[in-house]
Amino acid sequence: MPEYQTFDHDVLVIGAGGAGLRAAIEASAAGVSVGLVCKSLLGKAHTVMAEGGIAAALANVDERDNWKVHFADTMRGGQYVNNWRMAELHAQEAPERVRELEAWGAVFDRTPDGRILQRNFGGHKYPRLAHVGDRTGLEMIRTLQDHGVHRGIDVHMEHTVLTLLKEEERVVGAFGYDRDRGRFKIFRAKAVVVATGGIGRAYKITSNSWECTGDGHALCYHAGAELIDMEFVQFHPTGMVWPPSVCGILVTEGVRGEGGVLRNKEGRRFMFGDIPDGYKAQTADNEEEGWRYTQGDKNARRPPELLTRDHVARCIVREIKQGRGSPHGGVFLDISWIKERLPNAAEHIRRKLPSMYHQFKQLADIDITREPMEVGPTTHYIMGGVRVDSDTQMSCVPALFAAGECAAGINGANRLGGNSLSDLLVFGKRAGEFAAKFARENNPGTVNGAQVEEAARRALEPFDRAGSADGAGPFQIQNELQEMMQDLAGIVRREDELQRALEGVGKLWQRARAVGVSGNREFNPGWHTALDLENLLTVSEAITRSALERKESRGGHFRDDYPAKDAAFGKVNIVLKKGADGTMRVRREPIPPMPDYLQQVIEENQ
Amino acid sequence: MKKAVFRIWRGDSSGGEFREYEVAVSEGMVVLDAVHRIQATQANDLACRWNCKAGKCGSCSAEINGLPRLMCMTRLSNLPLEQPVTVEPMKAFPLQKDLIADVSGNFRAKKRIKPFKPRPPDAPDGTWRMAQADVDRVQEFRKCIECFLCQNVCHVLREHQKHDEFVGPRYLVYAAALEMHPLDTEDRTEELKQAHGIGYCNITKCCTKVCPEDIAITDNAIIPLKERVVDNFYDPLGWLASKLRPKKR
Repeated sequence: MPEYQTFDHDVLVIGAGGAGLRAAIEASAAGVSVGLVCKSLLGKAHTVMAEGGIAAALANVDERDNWKVHFADTMRGGQYVNNWRMAELHAQEAPERVRELEAWGAVFDRTPDGRILQRNFGGHKYPRLAHVGDRTGLEMIRTLQDHGVHRGIDVHMEHTVLTLLKEEERVVGAFGYDRDRGRFKIFRAKAVVVATGGIGRAYKITSNSWECTGDGHALCYHAGAELIDMEFVQFHPTGMVWPPSVCGILVTEGVRGEGGVLRNKEGRRFMFGDIPDGYKAQTADNEEEGWRYTQGDKNARRPPELLTRDHVARCIVREIKQGRGSPHGGVFLDISWIKERLPNAAEHIRRKLPSMYHQFKQLADIDITREPMEVGPTTHYIMGGVRVDSDTQMSCVPALFAAGECAAGINGANRLGGNSLSDLLVFGKRAGEFAAKFARENNPGTVNGAQVEEAARRALEPFDRAGSADGAGPFQIQNELQEMMQDLAGIVRREDELQRALEGVGKLWQRARAVGVSGNREFNPGWHTALDLENLLTVSEAITRSALERKESRGGHFRDDYPAKDAAFGKVNIVLKKGADGTMRVRREPIPPMPDYLQQVIEENQ
Repeated sequence: MKKAVFRIWRGDSSGGEFREYEVAVSEGMVVLDAVHRIQATQANDLACRWNCKAGKCGSCSAEINGLPRLMCMTRLSNLPLEQPVTVEPMKAFPLQKDLIADVSGNFRAKKRIKPFKPRPPDAPDGTWRMAQADVDRVQEFRKCIECFLCQNVCHVLREHQKHDEFVGPRYLVYAAALEMHPLDTEDRTEELKQAHGIGYCNITKCCTKVCPEDIAITDNAIIPLKERVVDNFYDPLGWLASKLRPKKR
């Protein structure tokens, strides 16, 4: 085999968003050598787009909050198919993870008595999100990045991993290329943490960046790990809809947390008309009470705009489909109305939501302090991902760990806003800790030269191909996949459409295998897109197969042909694993029963 | 549909040229959309960086009609489309390929600045107390998205290429965020004066003008840091005081 540049690390972390950085910091603190590979420059990962905040029961704003309430909220939001142990660990450990960020230099907004301020968010009973205006993700990633660079972590920026290297059952490293020159690299490691984020680029309308192509999902799946809950994709209710070029860009839930309301073209607050039974007791039934809640009245219940994201997104889709939408195919989100209630409302909005103000002003010529925004659902997050051990984050493949969005379990059928940033911290830390432990207790494995050669040969194939007969390049195939997934496996799903999606994925696989690229190996986005396409196709197939299997509606997964929840499906997860023949195998697996003490926590916090 | 011509720099460190591409223009488009459209339909190997497409990650910095901007926040409706739109990479840094500059030196510069060192926690539970008024100015600096446009226009770095002697505006903002952090106990004035070369900045404010986050780089970060350096090293009374009492605050 040719001599490829080879790096040796005890722990290799793939992905440098919140989870990857936190894992790298923890592993490094445990005294092992750490390599960190990321597709973009350091600090540019999709975590920077997180706006609203980090959910943690610090109880700084409402002393009634504690981990039990957070746990119960997370389980209710996830419709009880969550991994309850992960939800428990997450609720218990999130406060410490947030305080730790402050010790590393993060500067959160403050309460009047000088502690970390917390804001209201959908599905959270009490104000729980530690935040910095509406740029919390930037604060978090910068804090982790700045803390991490002084810890001796080797960062390989702008590198893409093509495959995980295995020795028998165990993972022993990764193989990839640098995007700059297209040179292949071998990363040998005793343990690998995959923290690559989401899959948003499988859909046409998305808040996700080019990086979110399900790399970690696909890498782990092909290495023998199981994927679960892949049918649960979160469509965030509020993305920009106009102008077309910004369609899908996120509008933070913080707008609603600060008092923003949703209206249809008739001016009606349609969310009041559709409050699910499970949430009736804790949702305001009049506008006055909802407003008081957003202003911190502890005796008020939350407005229906702050119901869970899956529900709000579906209500918006219904308004649009029934002809009550806004001119550009969304609904109205209005924060400017608070000028009726607050002096200096414009100043208040600019202070609380600076980047939303900036984003609409600059990209859409809309002044959100004076007029409503137009918003509609956008693909935002996948609850499903690599199945991991709740405590260690190791997959069923020895030495292979996963954390953050590409891992699954904590969120169940629907993630609450703010629970992602805390998930990244809690489970990023755990993955780093246990990967380091694994690395200390195990010898390095041997890299299989044949596996490397095969991966290198396949990666270069697109240069040798004449291109597909219809002349479609990698970008066109990616586009077609995105349109198809949006139409056939999106917010509202049906058996026949999902079947068509599955056939479509098969056909696109054929074309992707024939796609040719021009140019050379130096920073060539056409080539990179052709390679990422395989990951997108793998996750698209996974989403579609899981969606077909779950014949009910729950959380982020809504089936028009099975619109109700089915108790039997509430007891299982859909699990995917690559079969010996290379095909994707689907099975239902019972969720282990929740221990009594957690059951009791849920009952106490109904 | 309306069309516009884009003159885009194509090439690498060995040389290159501007090439013209004609693209259909639709409502609300930004320069990055046009570059993507060209990439998808005419030049698959056209290299550019981007991530968030909403002015939050600072990846897509370039020079558009000669002005340093984020491509994702520059709307075509604000450009004169009757003439070609020129898009080229940031010029203060070595060229990698097409619209991509080698900005890795910036990451090395950051490592040279002493990290955050907090005072002991204020409360028994290990937490601190800070008033919002006291964190406002640090929060301004922490808005920085590290797009490096300020580094790109700084004449010390761009014309004089003093990357080794001068950390540049981004890292003076970074140092200011640390120095003015209410919890920080480190003293960075010695390095600011010597290794980081704060004296090279002659406050022409070019950095402030191009900051997409509207950080008042010169007024709020650099000038107060210069004052600290002056206080510590050139004020005889201050010098004497610093010798008599423990360092900083």
